[in-house]
Amino acid sequence: MATEKTSFVYVTYIAATPEKVFAAITKPEIARRYWGHENVSDWVPGAAWQHVRDNDARPVEIVGQVVEVVAPTRLVITWAGASQAENPDAYSRVTFDIAQDGDRVRLTVSHDELELGSGMASGVSKGWPLVLSSLKSYLETGQGFDLSGRTKAA
Amino acid sequence: MNDDLVFKALGDPTRRKLLDLLCENNGQTLGQLCENLAMTRQSATQHLDLLVAANLVSAVKRGREKLHYINPVPLYDIYARWVRKFETQRLGLLHDLKTILEGDA
Repeated sequence: MATEKTSFVYVTYIAATPEKVFAAITKPEIARRYWGHENVSDWVPGAAWQHVRDNDARPVEIVGQVVEVVAPTRLVITWAGASQAENPDAYSRVTFDIAQDGDRVRLTVSHDELELGSGMASGVSKGWPLVLSSLKSYLETGQGFDLSGRTKAA
Repeated sequence: MNDDLVFKALGDPTRRKLLDLLCENNGQTLGQLCENLAMTRQSATQHLDLLVAANLVSAVKRGREKLHYINPVPLYDIYARWVRKFETQRLGLLHDLKTILEGDA
């Protein structure tokens, strides 16, 4: 069964170091401050990772596996809604590419293998720009957006 | 990124059209984009270059093709800087009112 796939590529430039950007993605205590979620994993290839909303219920919303880790420049994970965890076709792939660019960092997030027209494709296309903008704001000013339990995202 | 580049890139109907085309169908080649624009490849390339410089479009090599992806991140940066900071709630009400009055709901 061949479903049509789609991809997104998001780029942001951040006045920070690659180490800081990598830590902001992989360390729960930092991610919750601008993402409203934590990425929980041992961060070794083959390890599971969970995307956990930072509220009292702490629901696991997204699950996947770590595919590749080259700290602090590259991280590849698979990605599926937690309710779809048993369905291999539901998994898409996210690549974080972190490159020094002069005195800034160029962070590229590529989200591939998404099912065209799916709820996940629509959701991530709204979510990533907001998350990356919040990450940039957090690392540059110390202040991210509140993406945890807020009423509605933009 | 430089806000001036973003505002400049957005200040042109062709470039806004390019963003609309990528919003409809993300990850297109120059050739695909040109099919929907009444202009030469050369002009389209210049417009795309300005969008890339403003970081509103990311160009990615996939095999032999160069694909263009819309990158709305700078728009959120501007939103945070120029909209949210001031009147988020009142603007929301005004927007709702405008939508109702214009029958666009």
